[in-house]
This record gives sequence, C-alpha cells and structure tokens, in this order.
Amino acid sequence: MVTLAPEAPLLPAPRRSVLRRRSAVPGFGLTLGLTVTILSLVVLIPLAAVVIQSAKLSPAEFARAAFSERAVHAYLLSFGTSFIAAVINGVFGVLTAWALVRYNFIGKTLLNGLVDLPFALPTAVAGISLATLYSPNGWVGQLLTPLGIKAAYNPTGIVIALTFIGLPFVVRTLEPVLRDLAADVEEASASLGANRLQTIVRVVLPALGPAWLTGFALAFARGVGEYGSVIFIAGNRPFVSEIAPLLITIQLQQFELPAASSIAVVMLGVSFVMLLVINAIQAWSRRMG
Amino acid sequence: MGQGDHNPPPHPAGQADGAMGIHIRGIRKRFHRFPALNGVGLDIRPGELLALLGPSGSGKTTLLRVIAGLEFPEEGQVVFGDQDVTYASAAARGVGFVFQQYALFKHMTVARNITFGLDVKKRKHRPSKEAREARVEELLKLVELEGLGKRFPTQLSGGQRQRVALARALAVSPKVLLLDEPFGALDATVRKSLRRELRRIHDATGVTTIFVTHDQEEALELADRVAVLNKGQIEQIGAPHEIHDQPASAFVAGFVGEANRLEGEVKAGVFHAAGVALPAKDVAAGPAVAFVRPHQMVLAAKGQVAIEAKLERKVLNGPVGRLEALLARDQVLAAGEPGATVHLAVQDGYVFAKD
Amino acid sequence: MAKRALHATEDAPWVRWTVLGLVCLFIGLMLVLPLTSVFVEAWRKGFDPFLEAISEPDALSAIKLTLITAAITVPFNAVFGVCAAWAVAKHNFRGKALLITLIDLPFSVSPVVAGLIYVLVFGLQGWFGPWLIDHDIHIVYALPGIVLATIFVTFPFVARELIPLMQAQGTDEEEAAVSMGASGLKTFWRVTAPNIRWGLLYGVLLCNARAMGEFGAVSVVSGKIRGETDTMPLHVEILYNEYNFVGAFSVAALLCLLALATLVLKGLLEVIQPEVSGRAVR
Repeated sequence: MVTLAPEAPLLPAPRRSVLRRRSAVPGFGLTLGLTVTILSLVVLIPLAAVVIQSAKLSPAEFARAAFSERAVHAYLLSFGTSFIAAVINGVFGVLTAWALVRYNFIGKTLLNGLVDLPFALPTAVAGISLATLYSPNGWVGQLLTPLGIKAAYNPTGIVIALTFIGLPFVVRTLEPVLRDLAADVEEASASLGANRLQTIVRVVLPALGPAWLTGFALAFARGVGEYGSVIFIAGNRPFVSEIAPLLITIQLQQFELPAASSIAVVMLGVSFVMLLVINAIQAWSRRMG
Repeated sequence: MGQGDHNPPPHPAGQADGAMGIHIRGIRKRFHRFPALNGVGLDIRPGELLALLGPSGSGKTTLLRVIAGLEFPEEGQVVFGDQDVTYASAAARGVGFVFQQYALFKHMTVARNITFGLDVKKRKHRPSKEAREARVEELLKLVELEGLGKRFPTQLSGGQRQRVALARALAVSPKVLLLDEPFGALDATVRKSLRRELRRIHDATGVTTIFVTHDQEEALELADRVAVLNKGQIEQIGAPHEIHDQPASAFVAGFVGEANRLEGEVKAGVFHAAGVALPAKDVAAGPAVAFVRPHQMVLAAKGQVAIEAKLERKVLNGPVGRLEALLARDQVLAAGEPGATVHLAVQDGYVFAKD
Repeated sequence: MAKRALHATEDAPWVRWTVLGLVCLFIGLMLVLPLTSVFVEAWRKGFDPFLEAISEPDALSAIKLTLITAAITVPFNAVFGVCAAWAVAKHNFRGKALLITLIDLPFSVSPVVAGLIYVLVFGLQGWFGPWLIDHDIHIVYALPGIVLATIFVTFPFVARELIPLMQAQGTDEEEAAVSMGASGLKTFWRVTAPNIRWGLLYGVLLCNARAMGEFGAVSVVSGKIRGETDTMPLHVEILYNEYNFVGAFSVAALLCLLALATLVLKGLLEVIQPEVSGRAVR
C-alpha cells in the first residue's frame, strides 16, 4: 500500500456524533420512530395486556380456564375443521391455480377475479349467505337432505365456511410458482421418456411443494382464528359446534375476563407457532428455489 | 485546468472558481463484517479527471459513494477544498452524481429530469423559470441531445439516457462530478464515443471529475490520473503511463496491461526462472514473481538464455505480427508457423517478492 | 389429416375438461352461489322492500358509522404504511426482519382476540377503565373502540403492499434526488410518491374493504347498540338473528357491491401495474 504525502494540511478530525448518519436517504429516524411508536401503541402493548391479564391467575386457575373440557373441545373443533378445510383448499387450490395458469378458457378473467372474493367480502355476509344456502331448506341444502347429509349447524357447516375463507390462499401462493416453473423442465422430462402423468407427479408437483405448504399453513392459520363467517352456519352448540373464538366472546359477555384472556393466550400461542412454521416453510422454499 | 497547483488558497465557502480539490484521509468502511474500504487516502487535484480503477469488490464504488455522501465511513475524513464534509449530507455537498443505471426519474420528461436539482432549491435560491429553461437548452446542447427535452426516459436509447444523466448531474453546477461505471451498461461502440464525449465535456466545464471503472483501457485512455484499488486499499496512483510502465505492486502489474506471470526466485538481486534472468535490485531474496509485457520479449538469438515454447496461434494485423505461444502456462510473443518450437528471450520485466 | 401428438406441456383434452369441470363446480358452490344468493334473498320480495330496508334509520346510522370508521382507519393506516415502508425499504438496520414480522402480526391474530385486547385495556375492568369513567371518556362500546379494533385488523395492508414494491425499486432515484440538493420531503413527494402511487392505492383498497367489512373484532368492542355503535356487518347480524332476512340480506347486498367494486378496481390496478398484484397473500 502506498502512503500518500498529504498535499493539504489535515483539518481537525471530525467528531463522530451519536446520531451518526447511517444512510444517504433522509428521514430514517423520523419514520422508524413513528413506526415503532404506533406499532407499540396499537399492537404490542394491547397484545401484552391479554398476557398480563391471564397472568393474574395462578397456574391451576389458568389451566382450569384455558383447558376446561368445553375449551378443549372448542380448540379441537377449531383445529380439526381448519385442517379439513385447508386440505380441501389444498386439492382444489392446485386445480384452480393450474387452470388459471395453464389453460385458456372463456371467463378466465372472471374466475381470476372471483378467487379473491373471500378477501373482499365481509365475513358476516359470507356467513349468512352460506348458512342460508346450506341449511336444510336452502338451495344446496335441500339437495343434500334426501342423501342424508346435513351441511349446516354442525361441524360440516364450519368446514364449509372455513373452506370459503381459506380459498384464495393456496391458489394465490401457487400461481406465481406455477407461472415461473419453466416449460423446459417438463419438456426435458418428456424427452427423457416420461409420460404426462409421470412428469406431473415426479417433476411438477414436487416443485410446487413448498408453495403449497405455505398456502396450506396460511389457510389453516386463518381458519383457526375465523369468527364472522362461522358463527352463522355452526349452530354453536357447546361441545359439538362451538369454535374457540366464539367461546372467548361468550366468556366476555359473562364478564369472565380472566377466562376469556386465558383462551385468547392459548390462541395467540397457536398463532405464534403458525407464524414460525410459515416463516420456516418460506425460508426453506427460498433455499429450494 | 489547474493541474499542479495543489495547494488551493483557503476560501471560506469552498472554491469560488469552480474547480475544487478533494482530500481523503484514512477512510475505513465495512458492510457487516466485510471491510469495503481499508484506510484509503487520496488527494484529488482541482479540475482533474481521475479514474478509480479496480476489480469488482475492490471498494471503488464505495469510495465514490463516500465522496458523494451516499455512504458514511466509520473512520477517516473527506475534505472538499478546505471544508470537512465527512458526515455532511449529499444534498449539502454540491456534487453531481451519475449512477450506473442512471436513476433517471421515469415519470418526468428529460427536461424535468435535468432541471430537478434547480426545481427543488429553496424559493430564494431558485433561478427563474426562464433561467431554468435556458439551462436545460444549454445542457441538452452540451450533451448533444437538442430537441429531446420533451421525451420520457423510456423513449431513449441507453447512450441517450447516459447523456441525460450527465446533463442532470451538471445542471446544479456541481463542484465535483462523480460517475459510477458510467459506460458499464452500454455496448462497445456507444461506449467508445461516449468516452470521448465525457473528456470533451470535462474539458469544457473544467469541473473536478472522478469516475469508477473496472475497464483498464477506459481508465488509461480517458483519465488524467488513475488510482488503482484492490481489497479496499489504493495500490497505486499516477498518470496512465506511470501505472502501465512503472507498476508499484504485483497486483497493478498483473491487473493493468497484458502481462505474462512468471514464478521464480530472487538471488543476489537477480530474478531466476527457467530460461529467464532479470535484474531485481530492490527485491529481497526469496520466492518472487515477474510480470513480463509482450513487447519485453523477443525471439532469442542463438546461444541466448531463452524460454522454449510451442507456437499456438499467429495473428497478423498491421505492422507488428502477434503470435501466441504455449509456455508452461502463459502466452508470449514469437514468430513461426503454428506448431513450431520457438525460443524467446525475456529482456525486461517487473519483479516483486511473493507474499 | 394426421392427429398431432400433444406438446410436452399440454394436457389431454379429457384432463383439461375434468380439471375445468371440477374447478367450476368448486368455485360455483363456494363463491358464485353464495354471492348470487345474497342478491336473490335481498330482492326476494321485490326492489322496494330492499330500498326500504337500507333506508330505515338504523340501517342508515350503521352505514354512516361504517363510513366514518373507514374514513379514520384507512388514512391512518396509509400514513403508517408509508412511514413503515420508508423506514424498512429504504434503509438498513438491525432488527429489520423482526420489525416486518411484528407489522404483519395482526394478520395472524384472531379478530376476536383483537377486539378482546382493547376491552382489556380500555374496558370497565381494564387498565384505564376506572380513569376513563372518572373523566367520562368512552372508548369501548363507542366509536374510538371500533376504530381502534379496525385499525388493528387492517394494520399491515398498506405496509405489506409497499415494502416489497419499494425494496424492488431500490434507492438510486432517491439518492439521485438527494445528491441534487432535494430535501427529504421533496424527495418523497417528487420522486418516491409517483413511483409508489399504484401500490399505495392497491393497499388502501384492500385496507378499505376489510375496514368496512370487519366483523369479529368490532363485534367484541362495539356493544352492538342499535343506531349507535352498530356498523353495517354488525347490523347484518342483528337483523339476521331477528329473522328479518330481507333486511339482513339487503344490507349484505350493499356490502357485496362494495366487495365487487373492490375486486374490479383491484383487477384494473393489476393491469395498470402488474408488479402490485399477488401480495394480499404473502
């Protein structure tokens, strides 16, 4: 390394200020400060309230409130129906995404727009509409009744509502991946002698795996917390068709704040775990991609 | 343009006459754990056209951005004229910066892009609308884009965008013009003509100009002086012919110009390798490398110490025939038909101790 | 004419038709029928009862409350979203990934829990309950509570839309503006804002749809006082539980129109600027 003879006298060294500049783009301190402040006031501190409220209970009391027989039934129902709904969406989501990306047909634009309907339609509207349709004398319900199928006011109804709510997730996470899946991979597979089914099963579907899992997990997570669309079609019978979020509102109406908070803490814990799982899946899929 | 007068008289508010010297002292800057700049010192003379040359990852772009105020170092000092600007904002420095991908504002016309720097001045410092329009015309003429002021950037070719970026940077009459790989995104022919263009514009405006490049031909042809960077440090700074003919380090000898790298040993001030003996007075005894430019080798006379090589390819264009021969691992000049065995004498070269 | 072999990426016709048939059946049962049935039920007794149902005082007050809530929530979250995106997308700092996760957090919290937390903070038995009563300030079972709960559930929409968009756009243009002497505010208005306007509109659109349609969180904090703290989705529930189906579906039909308008505008935005699409889901 060449040391340079200074051609100009050195000025006194600048003092490094505490708020040393980090970036040339201005406004960092202001916007980050505002963001963190609002985030804390609106989201973090109120969320902490529910944890603190339930911490007022002794562990035994907490267990009794959070894991009463009724509550456990509610959790199992919420998880079970969300899981089944996510599986249904997993299957039909692949088909829908496949049709949207690979086929050209009349009404494709319409179908594409409709897929997002559950994001845009208020859940209460979906709830009363599904309840009316699938009730024993509704349009669909009266076709099912002679077959001995009861599709409303029981867990089946909950699955229907959660399928509606979770429908866009799998489709919308799969679509970009399917679109980016280069045709040459399939052509290579075909040129190596694989038939169409082998190509799809061995080449295409494995490539969709991480995205499918992400969509599945998002749909499942959404289903566990869902309230508005479910309560109209569920029937809401304790131990049979009473979901966990509903139990929170019931406890709240009876001014059982600690009990409501305890159930809420369990649900927050589940959300948190789901968030970690989804992040892990996405990190994994980025590595794969 | 003021080369040579290296000690500018201290004006309280920078250089009134436009051309301004820049002094850089001991700059250190790291990204996460990776040190991008490792104690860089550099003096840029008022009005000179300086090239920062180095391979990718050598820190040259980071150094340019530190000078511009787009990055801030952990240590060291940047002085414009007689003002310390190390932690001053880019806005306060009065630099013109031409980005590698131009960073033109896509939603503005060419004219609006060029006057942006004047439009955003505070009302009392802002030139009148007529003055700004006149400035646009003047600059469009300077970069030879008359009549294109109403176009949008997407309607221009790569070379035209580059000119707009240059005009935009010059509009605020910067004290320093900084260009990051100015020709990197252009094809070879446009690149050559824009190179001459930049030299012409620099000579017309006289503004101190620094540009970053990884292309040694560009740096040697265009710049008044070239600073060679490697691993966040300056290896050598000097006029193009000095960099080429008197490389200060093994890195510079290998990076700038064509050279054959020969490994050998220095004993008693002489470099020895198979078929080669070169004077190496200042090099400590021990393993060493020699860099030999093609013109420093000739076909050996009978009995001379020489390298034996096999002729690979013969290129004859112009008065000097160029022949590529297969050495142990290097290419050298020779004469004969492909396949023939030739003897080459190394007459001169640059010897450095191996580290 | 000889039959051409299928291209390597082509499905056999029977596969095509089966897939399309299944998709149509699924979408029909799950989306088209429910949507149609809302309008059919609303207009079952003709157009006049529908008009009557949506113009009776309680319905009008619900519509008004919903509009007011959206008018406060959406601008608030838009400003927050731009702020957060500016900090996150244009700068580097430690803890950035954590901050993004925290901004996304409300999406993974059940709406009922979102309502509950504000009851716990501002309700009668809550942290500030006694103090608020002493000063005659009503938050829970009043407009502020409804607005807060709505802000919570719509919190990430704008930020989540803008962060990837602004990250993809990089900082070159902002740096160019700053190097020419532009201040932070001028850089934002003249350079950044024109680049993000469609993305911002997209986020605002989704945020608005959710804000007007939110049910779970609002139902916990509203107290459902007819004509006072009753938003449109809550009004739908009240009427439905009173077996006033025409009334319930009439208000629901209005909300459906809102949803359809949202979808159409969203589709248009995706045509105008393809980069904005597909971020509603991550």
